[in-house]
Amino acid sequence: MTYALVAGVLFGLYFSLVGIGLNLVFGVMRIVNLAHGDILMLGAFIALGVVGIAGIDPLFAVPLAFVVFVLAGVLLYWVLVPRLQGSANPEMLSIILFFGLSQVIEAVTTIFAGTSERSIQSRLLGTVFTTIKVKWFGGKAGGAGPIQIFGQGFPAPWVIAAITSLIAIGLVYLYLYHTRLGTLTRAVMSRRDEALATGIDVDRVSAAAFGIGLGIAAVAGVFAPFMFGSVTPAFGADATVTSFAIVVLGSLGNPLGTALGGVVYGLCYMLVQTYLSSWADLLPYVLLIVILLLRPSGLLGRRVRVA
Amino acid sequence: MHNASKHLLFILAPLVVVFALLPGVYQNHLLLFNFVIFLILAQGVNIIYGFTGYLPFGYVGFFGAGAYGFAIMVMHLQTPAPLAVLVGGVVAILLGLLLTPLLRLSGAYFAIANLAASLAVLHFVANPALEGITKGPYGVSLTGTFNPTHAYYAAVVVMALTVGAVVYLKNSPFGLALQAVREDAVSASMAGVNIIKMRVIAWLASALVAGLAGGIYAWYVSVFYPDNVFSGEFSIFAIVFALFGGVATITGPIVGVLILYGIYNLIGFTTPQYFQLIYGLLIMGLVLFLPAGLVSLATRRGWHVP
Repeated sequence: MTYALVAGVLFGLYFSLVGIGLNLVFGVMRIVNLAHGDILMLGAFIALGVVGIAGIDPLFAVPLAFVVFVLAGVLLYWVLVPRLQGSANPEMLSIILFFGLSQVIEAVTTIFAGTSERSIQSRLLGTVFTTIKVKWFGGKAGGAGPIQIFGQGFPAPWVIAAITSLIAIGLVYLYLYHTRLGTLTRAVMSRRDEALATGIDVDRVSAAAFGIGLGIAAVAGVFAPFMFGSVTPAFGADATVTSFAIVVLGSLGNPLGTALGGVVYGLCYMLVQTYLSSWADLLPYVLLIVILLLRPSGLLGRRVRVA
Repeated sequence: MHNASKHLLFILAPLVVVFALLPGVYQNHLLLFNFVIFLILAQGVNIIYGFTGYLPFGYVGFFGAGAYGFAIMVMHLQTPAPLAVLVGGVVAILLGLLLTPLLRLSGAYFAIANLAASLAVLHFVANPALEGITKGPYGVSLTGTFNPTHAYYAAVVVMALTVGAVVYLKNSPFGLALQAVREDAVSASMAGVNIIKMRVIAWLASALVAGLAGGIYAWYVSVFYPDNVFSGEFSIFAIVFALFGGVATITGPIVGVLILYGIYNLIGFTTPQYFQLIYGLLIMGLVLFLPAGLVSLATRRGWHVP
């Protein structure tokens, strides 16, 4: 029981990281980024590349993936979105457009990387910490063992991913509530046309949000090989639906909501898997539908409207 | 002559005649069968997306439900195949009724919820705990009813009914009312249109045709797994075909299926990933440059396209 709860929180924090980029993109632009899962997949491949080519701790892939995908996101925004926003029904067409994009990403990755499952030895993650520890404090070199929480051992990558997620969510919070660009972003989120009327450069703000959203997704992807065991180019589609469940569970346009949604989702997932394992696959979908029908604004819905 | 009878005579009749005669001259019957199935599904998407604006991203849920309705009738009750196909349609309608609350959602929320619903049905059917009823993830084998020729003609009949339904929608006050609801639900309800009834009828009609198509598909292939009949490709292909041609028209989805599925069969089988690449680029180009489909090329010039 304790194990399921703690593992649920660890996974939940990671799931929030997975969902938060999608939340940002949908909240700001009303665009359904169906390629979200594929960005995650690409982030995982960056981690694979860092380990395979440079042979260093995959944690170094985090800043790399973030920077690469912020740039890619801003570029992609200018190519795709203004044209899309001009069409009759951007919300619907965005679904189809980004489905096309996800097909392209998946195909290109398959052409270059093949369809085989890839994984990284989990002891490679976090080696940078043990190396520092050995250098400064002495002691034994080698990979990090299981980390003890409440007397139960958990794989180190889970804990590292959860901590990184916490830091990332904190940074998103700082960005949205304590920077000028973040304030503008929230303005665009609540009323796009009014923001436009007050002279906010909506396109610039949206491009930034799109880039950050993709960057965070790629960062989440770096940990995907550790959290899910392995990745394939086709991994993206499932990840997208799961992210949606988390985002809707929390609420749109509220990073704290997504964090809560992720934790709730992680706890449910772990509990169902412990007690009713054959029904665990159904959970994200049923949860998503129930939440959409009963409380479309998400668990923290009212707060968004006030803010 | 009435518009409706013109449409029946010049669009539906040639289509049915061509697909009824083709098996005699063209040997790849499976390919022809798939064409007919996708014509049904693309028109089914047309009914719900084209006329009401709800994007059914999990449309395959009805298809798979129909296939499993068929399989369960045949496996457990030894029903004759045509009756089991009808049961497949009924199962899809029941699933549609179960999902009517989703119509309360709008835009992207509906599409995502519908996708989630289809995946939920997939995992429900494929659950090893239900092996006694659905055979779980191990797939079903229905060799007793295997008869591809009859199944093919049944598919042509369902296709004729589906296209007939779209002709009706295109030429009736009912179809006009639906399009009014799609454009502006509030104004339509002010004008006396019963929005909820309209939407539910269109939703169930499109569920019915997908269920019948699924039942016939199960009859034709006779051996399948949950992942086959609930494959997201069915939803995506049907939606893309319908959009490529142009929704809310009779000819659009037909043209879309013939062209795109034709291309798919020319290059798709030998190099799937290059096909996926071309397909993805095609979809993106379509949305960015031709959001109203191929028929908009003609309507922009002022030609009337049925």
